[in-house]
Amino acid sequence: MNKRLLCTMLLCLPVVTHATASKVSERILKNGLKVLVKEDHRSPVVVSQVWYKVGSSYEPNGITGISHMLEHMMFKGTDKHPAGEFSKIIAENGGDENAFTAQDYTAYFQTMAASKLEVSFELEADRMRHLHLLPEELKKELEVVTEERRMRTDDNPQAKLGEYFSAVAYTNSPYKNPIIGWPSDIANYQVEDLQAWYSRWYAPNNAILVVVGDVQTQAVFDLAEKQFAELKTSEIKPLKPQSEIEQLGVRRLTVKAPAKLPVLVLGYKVPSLKTTTDESEAYALEVLAGVLDGGNSARLSANLVRGKQLAVSASASYSLTSRLDSLFELEATPVEGKTLPDLEKALKAEVNVLQQTLISTEELQRIKAQVLASAVYEKDSNFYQAMQLGALESVGLPWQKADEYVDKINQVTAEQVKNVAKKYLLEDHLTVGYLEPQAIQQSTTNLEPQATQQSTTNAKGVK
Amino acid sequence: MTIRLVGLLLLLCSSISFAAAKIDNWQTPQGSRVFYVRTEGLPMADIAIIFDAGSARDGQQFGVAALTAGVLDTGASKWSADDIAQRFESVGALFGISTSADMATLTLRTLADKVLFDKSLETVQTILTQPRFNEADFKREKNRTLAGLKQQQELPAAVAGIAFSKALYGTHPYAHQDAGDIKTVTALKVADLRNFYKNYYVAANATVVIVGDLSKEQAEQTAITLLKDLPTGKKPEAIADVAALTKSSQQHIEFPSSQTHVLVGLTGTYRKDPDYFNLYVGNHILGGSGLVSKLFDEVREKRGLAYSASSGFAPMLKQGPFTVSLQTRNDQTQQALEVLNKTLSDYVNQGPSEAELSAAKKNIIGGFATRFDTNKKLANYVGMIAFYEMPLDYLDTFQQKVEELTVASITDAFKRRVNLNLLQTVTVGKTAEKSAK
Repeated sequence: MNKRLLCTMLLCLPVVTHATASKVSERILKNGLKVLVKEDHRSPVVVSQVWYKVGSSYEPNGITGISHMLEHMMFKGTDKHPAGEFSKIIAENGGDENAFTAQDYTAYFQTMAASKLEVSFELEADRMRHLHLLPEELKKELEVVTEERRMRTDDNPQAKLGEYFSAVAYTNSPYKNPIIGWPSDIANYQVEDLQAWYSRWYAPNNAILVVVGDVQTQAVFDLAEKQFAELKTSEIKPLKPQSEIEQLGVRRLTVKAPAKLPVLVLGYKVPSLKTTTDESEAYALEVLAGVLDGGNSARLSANLVRGKQLAVSASASYSLTSRLDSLFELEATPVEGKTLPDLEKALKAEVNVLQQTLISTEELQRIKAQVLASAVYEKDSNFYQAMQLGALESVGLPWQKADEYVDKINQVTAEQVKNVAKKYLLEDHLTVGYLEPQAIQQSTTNLEPQATQQSTTNAKGVK
Repeated sequence: MTIRLVGLLLLLCSSISFAAAKIDNWQTPQGSRVFYVRTEGLPMADIAIIFDAGSARDGQQFGVAALTAGVLDTGASKWSADDIAQRFESVGALFGISTSADMATLTLRTLADKVLFDKSLETVQTILTQPRFNEADFKREKNRTLAGLKQQQELPAAVAGIAFSKALYGTHPYAHQDAGDIKTVTALKVADLRNFYKNYYVAANATVVIVGDLSKEQAEQTAITLLKDLPTGKKPEAIADVAALTKSSQQHIEFPSSQTHVLVGLTGTYRKDPDYFNLYVGNHILGGSGLVSKLFDEVREKRGLAYSASSGFAPMLKQGPFTVSLQTRNDQTQQALEVLNKTLSDYVNQGPSEAELSAAKKNIIGGFATRFDTNKKLANYVGMIAFYEMPLDYLDTFQQKVEELTVASITDAFKRRVNLNLLQTVTVGKTAEKSAK
């Protein structure tokens, strides 16, 4: 019965996906801005995203985090619109907006009624070349970013482990630096640093405009032409490669921080779709991540959380579309009574099995079924569809890779999965990180003299 | 014929002007309420089965509701946890169980293709009606819950949230966390879960939401299949009202963090509250609208005191919390708290300006369609409408209700409902020494 189900599924699913596939149209303006449009008429809304090919992996030492800082400053006004007005105009037009910075890109987005697309284009075009970087705004925003760093990293033991982990795992790759930047770098940005960074990278010939929603493709191209075509280009010099040198032996680190539970991270150096010389290897690594952590039936949950009951949680991740070589990571928290070395041994045993034994047909079919289903589910979200296109283009991969994904995963064989496990999950290319919890001294003080005589509603609330 | 008519209507609507989704509803023979919206264009369906079985039903056994829900898919009928996970994942279905104070919810996202759909539906039906509750699975999940509760204690935001709920709710069931606390969860036995399941996972207490590319007959059949083997049972009595606060309070929890987390607030609004729209839109202006609210402006844009500063009402069956929050470097906590309190009190005393209200209305009404532009968001709205027994035209009248609000109505509602003399304040951070900038 199981077999028959799988056959039916594989027969019918590609047809289903094909039927719902909507077309992406591409236009490159004369100033180099690449415009991608995908029509989706299920709801009268549109998402518009501007992607810049710049992120933390572009940053030299001393100004780490500057891409993220610039992302914050992009809301601080232009010649035409003073600080804060961008957000006010978007809000008054019913829009929702924000921005994000990653290792390989910085992106800005608005979600609005489809009829309001021009509002977004006008404002994004304006801040692409005409940002006003003011010292007094930078001074305040530096504080904001420092608070953001405290919240995200300094006061979060797992994030702290992650930050130190990358710094140790990479030797010369810029992925060793945190996206938000090192504290002393953040504290010392000057307006000139930001101005230089902005002038260098924020230009139509270094950007991708992605629009998904209830729009007519030609009308979007016309509107893009009208709003963006006159913007000046920059001379974008090619980035230095900064290819990570080969790791010669396992690396280990320990982070001691106020925390309650220990955490373990393992990371193996692996290529991405962008850096590999053989794309099938990248897709095989993607399947490998699915074998370990593609749901509750995957091996880490089945064998380590249930099965041997060594971990309260365990996960695996691979970033298929990173611009540079990155890490295949395994992360886990041991159950009480088990240690980080116990768990490290168990995770390595799972890796060893993958290197020695072919994954089962059922596992491979399960992953393929999940990928096929996801291809339908992700069409429920314009935002997600736009994200895929923008992220691919930003790292220099063609957006068509998004459409190829299901087929490519379907072509992966059990042998290829075993081969990439043997080739890349090597002890000499491994970094091991331990979070060792330090005691948290906690005490409560009541600041109001009367509060001990609160009504019954509150009496229990005071520790 | 009715189906064809419904389909045609939706088609007409979407091609002419945009109307909120049409919600169809009915009852199963055992009294479960079913809410269905047909969406076309994607061969998939989102299904939720909601029980009035959230942590507000814990009694003194804090955490029993969440753990009962959490153990459901670890063994049912002849299937183990592995079998269950494989059954879903082999057809690409996404299954999840979650608990809030008011509800326990099982969700399924699946392709609409009959063979795939039927397999995931049979799996949900079995989980729901024949859970094993065996000792080994129970112990493991209990240990994982305990580990999660422990791990929370390393995050100042979580520590602050727990203390804040206690300050607001005292002995009311909304006072404790959904997952319970270490002491009460430690004391739980598998028999407690069985009991909880028997009392609350009954047809009369179930609401089913179906959104997707399924015909009405398929939706009817789906609801029947899912619930046919559940005993009819009865709906539990409503939980107690939230007691009114009588005094303000302020507590500080010393914690080794670089920032102090600040929470200020009181018991707020509930789903059927006649003041709801006044409070919702009023809060949108105060601190609910992301990058343009008054709090964001005063705390972050003008002073750079915090990365996030916001306020929100969480409407629940009974009064959910009204929370104003920020996080700031330890040594500027006092300053940030003063700015927060002044912004809040000025707003309560003076209300919004005409310009602010007009801008808020434009944002909410102009962006109305983005609230349910995916099946997932729509299913969440339908679930809310269904569970809280809101009018079926909730979405259709939403814009009108926002449009009707005035500066006077919002000011009046805030004055009555946000009593500045009853604010509960929690700070979590390090005061012992001034931390370096």
